[in-house]
Amino acid sequence: MNRTEWPLWEIFIRSQHGLAHKHVGSLHAPDPEMAVKNARDVYTRRNEGVSIWVIRSADITASSPGEKEPLFEPANSKVYRHPTFFPMPDEVKHI
Amino acid sequence: MYAQMVDTGAKRVRSLDELSPEERAFQERIDADIKIEPKDWMPEAYRKTLIRQISQHAHSEIVGMLPEGNWITRAPTLKRKAILMAKVQDEAGHGLYLYCAAETLGVSRDELIADLHSGKAKYSSIFNYPTLTWADIGAIGWLVDGAAIMNQIPLCRCSFGPYSRAMIRVCKEESFHQRQGFDIMIRLCQGTPEQKAMAQDALNRWWWPSLMMFGPPDADSVHSAQSAQWKIKILSNDELRQRFVDQTVPQADFLGITMPDPLLEWNDERGHYDFGPIDWQELFNVVKGNGPCNRERLSARVKAWEDGAWVREAALAYAEKQAAKAAKQAA
Repeated sequence: MNRTEWPLWEIFIRSQHGLAHKHVGSLHAPDPEMAVKNARDVYTRRNEGVSIWVIRSADITASSPGEKEPLFEPANSKVYRHPTFFPMPDEVKHI
Repeated sequence: MYAQMVDTGAKRVRSLDELSPEERAFQERIDADIKIEPKDWMPEAYRKTLIRQISQHAHSEIVGMLPEGNWITRAPTLKRKAILMAKVQDEAGHGLYLYCAAETLGVSRDELIADLHSGKAKYSSIFNYPTLTWADIGAIGWLVDGAAIMNQIPLCRCSFGPYSRAMIRVCKEESFHQRQGFDIMIRLCQGTPEQKAMAQDALNRWWWPSLMMFGPPDADSVHSAQSAQWKIKILSNDELRQRFVDQTVPQADFLGITMPDPLLEWNDERGHYDFGPIDWQELFNVVKGNGPCNRERLSARVKAWEDGAWVREAALAYAEKQAAKAAKQAA
C-alpha cells in the first residue's frame, strides 16, 4: 500500500512583495513540480500568494521539544538585548 | 458534528491527582491554553482520539463533495455553476488541510483513506441524504455549512496546534459557502410559487438532519467530558444546537418559509427557541450505514480511489525516472 503513497511536501507562501515566505501547510505530490501546482490549488485559491516554495517534509531538520531549555533559555537572562532595558531621560529626544 | 460521537477510549474523566506526572504536565499545559504540537509528548488516548476526530472531519469534507457535485452540471446558470464549482473545490481543500493535520499525529494518508473505505472511519451523517432539487444546494449551504461554522469557530481555539490552524483556514473560507446557499434560498423564495415551494420542501427535508449533525445530547457522555477536558471539544452538542436554532429561525422568517416543527416556539423565559424532540433512532440508523445514500457515497469514493490508482502510480514512476536521470547526469 505504501509504495504508491506520494511523498509529503511542506508549503511556504509569500503573500506580498516584501514579506517573507510563511509556512501554510503540507500536501502530497509525486515530484517538486507537481507539489508547486498542487500548492497553487490548495493554498492560493483566494490570491493568498505571489510566490510558492515547496520542500520535502523528510528533508526538514527540526529542533525537538526536549531541547527547548538549552536552546532558548539563555536568551531569557539577556534582557539588555531589548531597547526598553535602557531608560532614557524624558528630555532626550529621537533615541 | 462533522465529527460525531468520537470515541475517546475513556471510562471516566480523571482528576489531576490521578494522572501520571507526564499526563499531569500535559493537562496543565492544556489548562493554561498552551497549544500541543505534533512532537510534544501526549497521552496515547489523546493522539488516537484526535486521529479519529480529525480524519472523520476530513472524510466529511471529501464525501460532502458528492451531494453537491451532483448539481454542478445542472446548475441553473453559468454563474451559479462557477460558484458551485468553487465551493466544491473549497471542500476538497478543507479535506486536504485536515488530512495533513491528522498525518502530523503519525498516521499515513493511505491508512486514513483505507479506514474510510472499509467503513471503520465515519463521516458526518448529513452527507447520506440525497440532493433531489436545486433548492437542496441552497439548503445545504445555508443549513449544513451554517451548522459546520457553528462547530468550527470554537475549534479554532482547540488544544492541538495543527488542527486549530486548519480550522482557522477553513473558517475563513466557509462563510462564503453559507452565504451562497442563503443567496440561492432568497432567490427561490422571491421567485414563482413553485420555486418558493421547492425552497420549503428542501427546508423540510434538511432541517432535522441538520440538527442531528451536532450529535446526540452529550450531558452524560464520558467521551464528550474527556474531549472537553482535552479542549478538543469546546462547546457541548446541545449548546451548539441551541445556538444554531436561535440564529437560523429568524433567517427562515426572513425567507418566509417555516421549519417543519410544530413545537418550535420562542421561549421568553429562557431567551431561546424551544424545539420539538429529535428522532435519534434516525441518526443512529444513518450512522450505522442505513441512511438513504450510505452505500452510494462510499462506493463512489472507493471507485474514485481505484480508478485513480494508475494515475498515482504513473506519476510516481515518472518522478522516480526523472530523479534517476538527474542523478546519472550529475555523476
